[in-house]
Amino acid sequence: MPDPDILISAHGLIKKFGEFTAVAGIDFEIWRGEAFGFLGPNGAGKSSTMRMVGCVSPPTAGELSILGLDPVADGSTIRARLGVVPQEDTLDVELTVRENLLVYGRYFGLPRSLIRERADQLLDFVQLSDRADDKVEPLSGGMKRRLTIARSLVNNPDILLLDEPTTGLDPQARHVVWDRLYRLKQRGVTLVLTTHYMDEAEQLCDRLVVMDGGRFAAEGSPRELIERYSTPEVLELRFDIAEHEQAAEKLADVPVERIEVLADRILLYVPDGDTALAAVRGHGLEPRTSLVRRSSLEDVFLRLTGRRLED
Amino acid sequence: MTSVATPATGARSSGPAHGWWALGLREFWFWLTNYRRTWRGSIYSSVLNPVLYLGAMGLGLGTLVDQRGTAALGGVSYLAFIAPGLLAAAAMETGLSESTYPVMGSVKWRKTFYAAAATPLRPADIFHGHLMFTTMRLVMNSTVFLIVMSAFGAVRSPWAAATIPVGVLTGLAFATPVEAWAITLSKETMFAVLFRFGMIPLFLFSGTFFPLSQLPGWARPIAYVTPLWHGVALARSLSLGHPTLAGTAVHVGYLAAIALAGILAGNLTYRRRLYV
Repeated sequence: MPDPDILISAHGLIKKFGEFTAVAGIDFEIWRGEAFGFLGPNGAGKSSTMRMVGCVSPPTAGELSILGLDPVADGSTIRARLGVVPQEDTLDVELTVRENLLVYGRYFGLPRSLIRERADQLLDFVQLSDRADDKVEPLSGGMKRRLTIARSLVNNPDILLLDEPTTGLDPQARHVVWDRLYRLKQRGVTLVLTTHYMDEAEQLCDRLVVMDGGRFAAEGSPRELIERYSTPEVLELRFDIAEHEQAAEKLADVPVERIEVLADRILLYVPDGDTALAAVRGHGLEPRTSLVRRSSLEDVFLRLTGRRLED
Repeated sequence: MTSVATPATGARSSGPAHGWWALGLREFWFWLTNYRRTWRGSIYSSVLNPVLYLGAMGLGLGTLVDQRGTAALGGVSYLAFIAPGLLAAAAMETGLSESTYPVMGSVKWRKTFYAAAATPLRPADIFHGHLMFTTMRLVMNSTVFLIVMSAFGAVRSPWAAATIPVGVLTGLAFATPVEAWAITLSKETMFAVLFRFGMIPLFLFSGTFFPLSQLPGWARPIAYVTPLWHGVALARSLSLGHPTLAGTAVHVGYLAAIALAGILAGNLTYRRRLYV
């Protein structure tokens, strides 16, 4: 008897496109009420995974169960209970904001009166009530995203799938979206999202997997991952370009847990940033700028893959 | 066409529950919602198209033709001869225009097919829903065409009422295979080729404007296999009031077979495009 609180489970899940392997055998379980994230750079296999979970992409191999059902045989039934926020907007730009919700609600076979009622509530929720009768075309990117989120909730879904929900938005618009998603999470909606923004993953995800090359490099809560793969603090140093390499060599003598030499900066992974900075100066090095910060998922990613996330 | 059994999901939403058409109907409703914005303009062109063609070809050119004698046309006026042919040709045009750019737009520009694919609708439902809309447009245009034909005095028999379903069938014989093909394309450039080298030659050489007996012998078999000729011949036999059972059966059977083959092909190609 499957556990009713496991909404999605995957074992050895593989997706190939011809010779190319997008998802190379992954295992995961997503629980009711949690916010689960797939963090990774472009091409890591996140969207391919999302599309398989969204029942619009049959797995090449492996097992996938969503709401206890088979996505290939029962795709239609599963999709009736999913909300999907795709990476690219698929709104009907020729219809009004409200019409987009009405049309979408009809796809789920909901009665018109119920859709109307929900449309008003959802537009209120995503702060678009005053634009309800405007066409979608002239809306800003952030408003379109919020409308897409409202649309994805019209069937009151068990699981909300968000594929890079804030990619392409300006910082302020991102925060509005995060705020709405956080409220949904508070209401107990199960969120599954992909992102290549570490701050998004940290803000929203209870649990996440770091994905790279179609596989999981690590999994855990943001805090667990940082504790496991990084140090409490990071000292970021910038030197004059001429001195950059030399400084990197000299820093090898400073006692640190780990050192990352990037093109423009040098990162020292240490328990205490200020102590480390004093030690750097003790070795006769004077950085042009220095910054002590807490470790983030970006550092976890760098450690696991040797690359930066947002390049 | 089977429907998947659905466990109850409360008032939340419902997956496939009724016949195969139930989910397609939801997509049809989507097209209808969009059409509410543009229907006025489309009605004008539905009326204008037969008025212009029947006026210029039927009355204008027809006067000259009729003076030379119309034995080759079966003894009817040129207007009465070409009107049902033009009805069938207009249905072809409607079928082709609905199954090309709107499909490309839905999958590439507006991406609304992907939005629908994320709901209980399956690719085939999305396809069928759009075909329902195309069918509605064919009914509308063929009806308007017949009304204009009658106003021009180009109808010779009450059988002419049956040219409306003939228009629908002719349009679908073009729409279903072309839509099955259109969904596989990544660029719209081939549509211009289809219209220029497919539709226009058919329009000119499928017996719409002159009987096939005027074609050289080698070209006639080519005309016989084109769906438009069957549509034209059938519509004409009805409008002039001399349909035969055998002829009607052949024409209907041929057009229906092509339309059905297009539906089966589209069921596959829609799935291939929308379920990557």
